[in-house]
This record gives sequence, C-alpha cells and structure tokens, in this order.
Amino acid sequence: MAKARVVHYINQFFAGIGGEEKANVKPHVSVELPVISQQLAKLLGDEAEIVATVVCGDSYFNENLESAKSEILEMIKKANPDMLIAGPAFNAGRYGMACGTVVKMVQDEMDLKAFTAMYEENPGVDVFKKDVLIIKTSDSAAGMRKALPSVAKMALKIINGENIGTPDEEGTITRGLRVNVFSEERGSMRAVNMLVKKLKGESFTTEYPMPIFDRVAAKPAIKDITKAKIAVVTSGGIVPKHNPDRIESSSASKYGRYDISTFKTLSEADHETAHGGYDPTYANLDPNRVVPMDVLRDLEHEGKIGSLFQYFYSTVGNGTSVANSVKYAEDIAKDLLANNVDAVILTST
Amino acid sequence: MRLEIGNINIQDIQFGDKTEVKNSILYVEKEALINAISGDDHIRSIDVEIVRPGESVRITPVKDVIEPRVKVDGPGGIFPGILSKVDTVGEGRTHVLKGAAVMTTGKIVGFQEGIVDMTGPGADFTPFSKLCNVVIIAEPHEGIKQHEHEYAVRLIGFKAAKFLGEAGRNVTPDDIEIYETKPLFKSHEEFPDLPKVAYVYMLQTQGLLHDTYVYGVDAKKIVPTLLYPTEVMDGAIVSGNCVSACDKNTTYIHLNNPVIHDLYKLHGKEYNFVGVIITNENVYLADKERSSNWTAKLAEYLGLDGVIISEEGFGNPDTDLIMNCKKISEKGIKTVLLTDEYAGRDGASQSLADSDPSGDACVTGGNANMTIILPKLDRLIGHQEVIDVIAGGFDGSLRADGSIEVEIQAITGATSEVGFNKMTARMY
Repeated sequence: MAKARVVHYINQFFAGIGGEEKANVKPHVSVELPVISQQLAKLLGDEAEIVATVVCGDSYFNENLESAKSEILEMIKKANPDMLIAGPAFNAGRYGMACGTVVKMVQDEMDLKAFTAMYEENPGVDVFKKDVLIIKTSDSAAGMRKALPSVAKMALKIINGENIGTPDEEGTITRGLRVNVFSEERGSMRAVNMLVKKLKGESFTTEYPMPIFDRVAAKPAIKDITKAKIAVVTSGGIVPKHNPDRIESSSASKYGRYDISTFKTLSEADHETAHGGYDPTYANLDPNRVVPMDVLRDLEHEGKIGSLFQYFYSTVGNGTSVANSVKYAEDIAKDLLANNVDAVILTST
Repeated sequence: MRLEIGNINIQDIQFGDKTEVKNSILYVEKEALINAISGDDHIRSIDVEIVRPGESVRITPVKDVIEPRVKVDGPGGIFPGILSKVDTVGEGRTHVLKGAAVMTTGKIVGFQEGIVDMTGPGADFTPFSKLCNVVIIAEPHEGIKQHEHEYAVRLIGFKAAKFLGEAGRNVTPDDIEIYETKPLFKSHEEFPDLPKVAYVYMLQTQGLLHDTYVYGVDAKKIVPTLLYPTEVMDGAIVSGNCVSACDKNTTYIHLNNPVIHDLYKLHGKEYNFVGVIITNENVYLADKERSSNWTAKLAEYLGLDGVIISEEGFGNPDTDLIMNCKKISEKGIKTVLLTDEYAGRDGASQSLADSDPSGDACVTGGNANMTIILPKLDRLIGHQEVIDVIAGGFDGSLRADGSIEVEIQAITGATSEVGFNKMTARMY
C-alpha cells in the first residue's frame, strides 16, 4: 500500500523562524521539513509520510484571515494530501485559532481528513471543538514529547479507518456530540444494574449527564423604587453607531459598557444593534425598543425611579456560549456593585 | 399474583387452509382472519401479507405492532376492557406465539407512524425486523376523521392478534416462564432485608392521537395507580398513540415490557420488586403536578427504596419525567431514568427539554435525530409517499432512486424508552 500523504500545518515559531517578532511571516511551504515535522514523520513510520509543511505567522494569519486562508488552501491542495495535521498548538491562542481554522477549512473545502492538538484552555478549543477533532496536550511546548506520539497514533488510526473511541479513551477534547452506539445489554437491564448500584451506594456512570441549568432566584422587590439607581444590561446588541468595540454579530467574545449620561433618548443617529440573530430593522430604527432609555428618562424626571445609571452594558446573545455569558455577567455584576446600582433591567431579544 | 407465560416458538408464518400452529410454523387461514377483523364501517378494505426477517420488504406507515397471545387459564381474557370483559388479568396461564406479530398499516392517520425494514441497515434499528409479521393493510373510506381512523385500525390490530393467539390455546409451549408478585406485606415478609423497588411506568397521554389505554380507560383520565406487573403481560395496557415511531411503546412493547421482565430477573436477590406505578403525561400543568405528586406519594406509601422511571415520547413529557424524578428523589427514594435523546442531527444540542440534578442516573435509548440512509428494497407494503411528512422525515427524504434519508425517529421502536434495544448514546 502506498504511504498516506500528510500535510503538516505549523506556525513560525515551530518552523524555527522566530518568535513574536516573526509572527508576520506570510504563508509558505517550508523548503525542508522543519524539525517538528521530521519528528512527526518518524513517528508515523512506514504507513504515512509528510509531503509538505505549510507555515504561517500567527499574526499574519489572524490579521489577514481571508487571504491567508485561501493561500494556505492552495498550498495544501497542491500537495495532494490524504490528511492534514495542524499543530500541536499547546496554549498559544492565535496558533490554536489558526490550527482550528485550517482544519475546519480543509474538512469543509476538500473533504480532507484532518485534526489538531492543543491545551484544553486554548481559546481555539471553545471555538472549534464542535467541528474539529482536537487531541489534548499540556499547556506548553515542554509537553511535545508526549504530544507528538499521541498525534501520530491518532493519524494512523484515522488512516487505517479504525474506530475513534470516546474522548476518555482517546485523550481528545470532548466535542459535546452525542453519538449512538450499540451496547452489550439492552437498556432496561442497564437501568436495573444502575439501580442496584445506586441502592448499594456504589459508583455508577450515568449515560446522559443532565445539563445543570443555572437558575438564579429573583431578589426581593426593591423597597423604595423612587430612590433606586437603575441600570440596563442587554443581550440585544445595542451599541453606539458603528460598533466601536466590534462586538461580533454571533458568538460574541466580549461585551461593551457605554456612557449614556448625555443622552435623553437613543436614536437611529447615535445607536444601532450588532446582533445577527434577529431582523435588526426595528432595533436600528428605534434602539429604545431594546434599551428603553426613553421611558426610563421619563420615569427619572417624574421621580418614579431614583436615577438611571450612566452606563448600559451590552453584548450579543446570539450563539454566545453559556460559559462566556457567565463570565461577562460576573464582570458586569462587580462593576454594578462597585457603582452602588440597586436594580437592573435585563432585556433580551 | 402468579402468571405462567407459555412461549410457543414461531419460526415461520404461512398461509394455509386452517389457522393453527404445527412444528413451530403458524398457518393462517387468510379469509377467516379477514372475516374476523372486518365489519368496521370506516374501513374500505383489508388485506393481509406475511413478511419474514431478512426479506427485502419495507412496511410503512406502521401504526402498531401486537403480539398474539391467548389466556388459557385464570380470570379474564387478552386485552381486558377492550376485547375481553374487564376482569382483572395477570393470573393463571397465558400462551404466547413467540416470534410472531401483527403489524398494522394502511393510509396514514397522522404524522407519527413509522418505517419497518425487514433487511438492510434500517432493520438493525427496529426490534420488529426480527419477527415474522402478519401485516394487516387496512384502508379507510375517504373523509373519515383521524380519530375514527385511528380507533378503527387499533381495534383491527387487537382483533387480529387475538384471532391468531387462539391458535396457541392447545399447543404445548416450548418453554414456560413464571412471574409472581405477592401482596405487599407478604412480599415484605418474604424478603425483609432487601430494598423495595418499583417501576414508575409513564404512559403517553398528550391527547389528539397521543393516547394509551388501561383496561379500556383513556389513561389521560386516570390518576396514578398500582398494577401487578403480570397484568401488563395480559394486555392491561395498549397503545393508541401516533407519537413518533422511534419511542412510542407499541402494544407489543407493553406486553413484553422489558423493565418489568428485567426487574423480575434480580427480584429476591438484589431487591424486592413490589409492583408497578402507572402514571400519565397530560399537557396541562395541574395534571402534571397532580400526577407527579401522586407517583411520589404512592412510592412513599409503598415504602420504596428505589424506582426505575420510564418516559414515553419527548419534549413536553420530559417535564413529567423530571417532575417525577425530582419529587420521588425528594422522598429519599433512589431513581434511575429511562429516556431517549433529541440532540440534533449533529448531536450537539442539549438532549432533553428539562433537567434536574436529581436525574443523576439516566439510561438513554440513543439520539433520535441521527440520520440514516435506507436503500430501496424490493417490496413495499403500505404507502411510501408519506416518508417526507412523517416525524423524522423531511422534504426530500424520499429520493428519486427509491432510497430514503430519514432521522431514526421515523423507524418504529428505534430508541425505545423502556430499554427494549441495545442502543445508547455516548458523549464524544
């Protein structure tokens, strides 16, 4: 059998070109295989060979995403590979993003078998784990000696068409995908056995870990709303015109805090929505529909509320992970407490 | 209550001059069967076909599957309150034509009837591909109402199963299994040191063709109550529902409820299996609250240490499952849940519509949204054009070359929530 043709994607650092100062290196095919690719090739043995190593600087990749992607895709196509391996990226964030992007791209565009490897807290994990197979590594290149054999083992498994086991069995990142499999015993007997273990107080493994909904109990009502300082927090994506913080239209990676002390109301001229998950026409025409500044100012003037806090907070709820939402909420809550805000109106869309 | 189940193994079914069992072959006198199940004014025509495991046949839309049984000793008859008087059943002796089933098809009633392939990749997902099936094709008159249609075909299926079951009355069974559950205090005297467990058996009762009947009573109208496990084996509970094919309990599944059978396996060794609490899955909140309060109350009243709770259907009934789990757990009783999953075609979504930390022991019948390609088979019984509209199908499911791409949701019995199958799902 002919050796499987593998393309390796790495960044400027692992190509031996340099560190941060060389992060602007443009995409190219390495003339000679870099040391890391040679080591990987050795571990792949007789069944696979690395036919090319594509290198790109992390800054260049992330700052010129579209052009870098198409250049890299062309280079990979030219090598006529059977598989692509990206990384390992360890805990290098931009490198992790690049590895995830390249793997997803070749899967989508070329229907090519591909995977990467990185540390579980690499930002690339959260973004790509659903679409991309990722082998777990340690957080720094010091873990290379352990990481490369795992990468080679997975590569050979995929090349040989072997079944890929569960994340625990394979040391991969849990992708959060439910996959049907046939077990030894029928479901009713599995339930009986689980009940016996539970009755005896022995350990057992549930087949479906229940998602835990983080239900937050409502606080008691404000005693005197006419003295209360009120703030608005929204996941509806209202931002100052032209979205100065570039909050993403989906899967927001940040939130914004915007000063409204000089505004009596919000309008089409000064605010808009960044949200990509609903028809923005009506929110853009009148942003008060999402952040009800107009009526809150009226209530403030009429003395029905104490005051409106000078900032509102905004992010885009569309596709944003629960983990990120929790993080933003913790930050915002601290800021609200530090500013003695008494109550918050949360608006969603 | 003690019931002997006499299994008469059926290895083949053939048409014959007389309906009888000879040398493990069930012979069916076609005209006599059709006569026995005819007479409903809503039905225009009835035909009968026989299909066997491995044959290149697809049956769709499958409404119900029913096992032929006959009561040979003890009070009452099969399907009490429906085809027999409402005597309490579950005692004495019942003969079963094991390996045979009646399967009903014909024009679709709703959207939620299924596919059974007797060979190919689809056959692996349905337990009914392993049986010799007498397929009843009942076609309704134009213009009848859906609920009249469903009722008529439901009764035809039961009548056919009863007619065929009679053939086993005087046959010596190949094996006899004995199931016995004693009155609560006697049972406790017998096993004073074993934990007491019961089965909380949730019945689909969302209404509008999503119904189940207990001794002929629409289970929407019951409050949770107790059954001896053996009552179920004589047809105390029957399916009247058109819920998604993959996780509805067909009447065959009720008769052979695997939780009951498997709980009996370790009864008297690991625990004392004291009985069955049946409950419903109504759509009104007050009904959900009342029924889950009552399952918890009955579980406490029986002095239980543990229960297995099985769901039927998904989405709305997930709330009933979780309410039962939470309230029973709050009584200090250990729970194990049996359900299936709707995690999306990519498997990436949350699988249930409700959740509680007390549901920490859960067995799953798999992700019903998984898609499968079913190749064209040689013979089709029923109406294939419904594939695009049945639950689990989508626009374009039925392809020009006769193959089908559907979610396994459309395959009858694929993700059984009483654990009839070996399938499960794992997190990748």
